[in-house]
Amino acid sequence: MSKITNEELLSSIKGKFDADVTHVSEPFGLLTLETSRERIIDLLTFLKTDAALQFIYLTDITAIHYPESEKQIGIIYHLHSLVNNVRIRIKVFVADGDVTMPTATVLWNGANWMERETYDFYGVVFEGHPDLRRILNVDDMTVFPMRKEYPLEDPNRVDKRDYFFGR
Amino acid sequence: MQNHPVYTDNDPQTEYSTLNLGPTHPATHGVFQNVLTLDGERIVSGVSTIGYIHRAFEKIAEHRPFYQITPLTDRMNYCSSPINNMGWHMTVEKLLGIQMPKRVDYMRIIIMELARISDHIICNGVLGVDTGAFTGFLYMMKYREDIYEIYEEICGSRLTTNVGRIGGFERNFNHILFEKTRKFLKEFPVALKEFEALFNRNRIFVDRTKDVAAVTAEDALSYSWSGPLLRAAGVDYDVRAMEPYSSYDEFDFEVPVGTNGDVYNRFLVRNEEMWQSLRLIEQALKKIEKEPSDVFHADVPEFYLPPKEDVYNNMEALIYHFKIVMGEIPTPNTEVYHSVEGANGELGFYLVNDGGRSPYRLHFRRPSFINYQMYAPMSRGMLLSDAIINMSSLNIIAGELDA
Repeated sequence: MSKITNEELLSSIKGKFDADVTHVSEPFGLLTLETSRERIIDLLTFLKTDAALQFIYLTDITAIHYPESEKQIGIIYHLHSLVNNVRIRIKVFVADGDVTMPTATVLWNGANWMERETYDFYGVVFEGHPDLRRILNVDDMTVFPMRKEYPLEDPNRVDKRDYFFGR
Repeated sequence: MQNHPVYTDNDPQTEYSTLNLGPTHPATHGVFQNVLTLDGERIVSGVSTIGYIHRAFEKIAEHRPFYQITPLTDRMNYCSSPINNMGWHMTVEKLLGIQMPKRVDYMRIIIMELARISDHIICNGVLGVDTGAFTGFLYMMKYREDIYEIYEEICGSRLTTNVGRIGGFERNFNHILFEKTRKFLKEFPVALKEFEALFNRNRIFVDRTKDVAAVTAEDALSYSWSGPLLRAAGVDYDVRAMEPYSSYDEFDFEVPVGTNGDVYNRFLVRNEEMWQSLRLIEQALKKIEKEPSDVFHADVPEFYLPPKEDVYNNMEALIYHFKIVMGEIPTPNTEVYHSVEGANGELGFYLVNDGGRSPYRLHFRRPSFINYQMYAPMSRGMLLSDAIINMSSLNIIAGELDA
C-alpha cells in the first residue's frame, strides 16, 4: 500500500547517516531504527524535509525505561509520511544520569506537549523546549512515575489493607 | 509562577483581567482548565492546565494481563468507548498474529460506526448548545439512547462498554440487536436531516461559527492534528482509508474534507461523517448476512476463554482456561504500533511486550491530548465567545486528554 518500501527508505537514510543508524528491524512492517542523541535532530530534519520522503507528520513521542540496560531510558519517535503512506519509528537511548535530549519543537509544534508528557513521566529534559514543566501530574511532584522503580501503589497507605483477598 | 509571554501594547491605560475558565465550568466539556488573560472581551493569552482526571492508565497497564486492559481503554474516550476497546483488541491481535474471520470484522465495524455516530451526536449537539440552541441537542439525545441499547444487547453495558474480547466478541449478535440496528437506520436519518435543517443554513449559527478559528492545513499538520479537525482543514487523512483495518477496504465510503478548518467546517465534516457511518453500517449488515451466522470469534483457544460449560466438562478447555488466566501462554517479545480512526482522530496504541502476560510498556496516542495543545496558541486574539465555540468544536474528551 505504501509508495516507498522499507528497503528504499532504509537505503536513503543510510545514504546520509550510515554509521549513525543502528539496530534496524521491521516489527510488523514498521521500520524501526536507533540513533544517537547527537544525530537525532539531523535525522528528523532529513526525514521531514526530504522531497521524496516527506515525513511531515509527527505521530507521537514517548519513552521507555529498561533499568537493566546500560542506557536505560529510550525516547521513541513515530513519524508518518502521509504522501507515501509509510511510518517509521526512531529510538534514542540515553543513560540514566544524563537524560537530556534536543527538542523536536524546532521541527513540529506538536512535539510541545508530547515532550512535556515524556518529561513528566520519565524525567527526560528536552533542551530548548519553550515551556518544559509537568503536564499531567501535580507541579510539585519530585519523582518520575513511569520509571520502573516507582511502585504502582503507595506502600505506605494503611487504609487499604485487605486481609482476606490480598493483592 | 508560570512563564507565559505577557502581551503589552505599551499603553498604560490598558488593564488586563484574568479569567479562570474551568476546571468545573459548563462550557468546558470535562475537567480541564484554561487561565485566560483578557483585554475586555479579547483573549490576550491563555495557559492550559490538564491532568485533573489522570488515572495512570499506562502505569496500570504494565501490571495487568491484556484482557484486563480493555476496561482501561473504555475510560479514555468515554463517548465512543467501543472504538477504544476494538482498537486495543486489534493491537493485541496484531501482536499475536491472530486472523479475524470476516463476520467478526463486520460486527466490529457496525459497533465502531455506531460509536462514531454517538460521539459526533454529542459534539455537534453540544456545539449547538454552546451557541444557545438547545433543541438540536435534545432531539439527537434520543438516538444516543438507542445506540446505548444496541451496546447493551452485545455487552450489557451502556457507556463504558468493555465490548469484545481478544479474538472477537463475547457473545453473538442476537436478533434483537439486528432489529434495533435496522430500526436505528430507519429513524436516525430523519432526525439527522432535521438537525441539519436546523443548523446548516441557520443565519445565527453560521454567523457564530463561520471563519471562527480557521486553521491552515500546514498549522494543523504541524500540531499533529488528526481526525475531523484535520479533515476540516483540508487534509484527507483518515486511518480507515489509508491503513484499512477490520476489512474497511471492502467497504464503500467517502472521507469528507473541509476547506478552511473553521468551526463551521468542523461541524459540517462531523455531520457528513455521520452520514458515511450510516452507509457503512448498512453495507455491513448486508455483508453479515452472507457469512455463517454462528461465527463471533476467531479460533484461538490460547487467548480466547472457552465457554464455561466446556471448562467444567472438557479437559482441554480446563487447561486452556487455567493457562489464559494464570498467564502461562508465551507471547511474542516484540513491539507493535496500531492505530484506529477514533472519533477525534488517530487513536494509537504502542505496545512493547516482553513475552509475559502484561505489556512491558503500553502507550496510548490520544488524539484529544495532541489536538488540545493548539488551543492556547490558537485563542490568542480571539473573542471569548469564539474561544468557547472553538473549544466545543475541538471535541476534547477529558478522559482521553488525561488517560
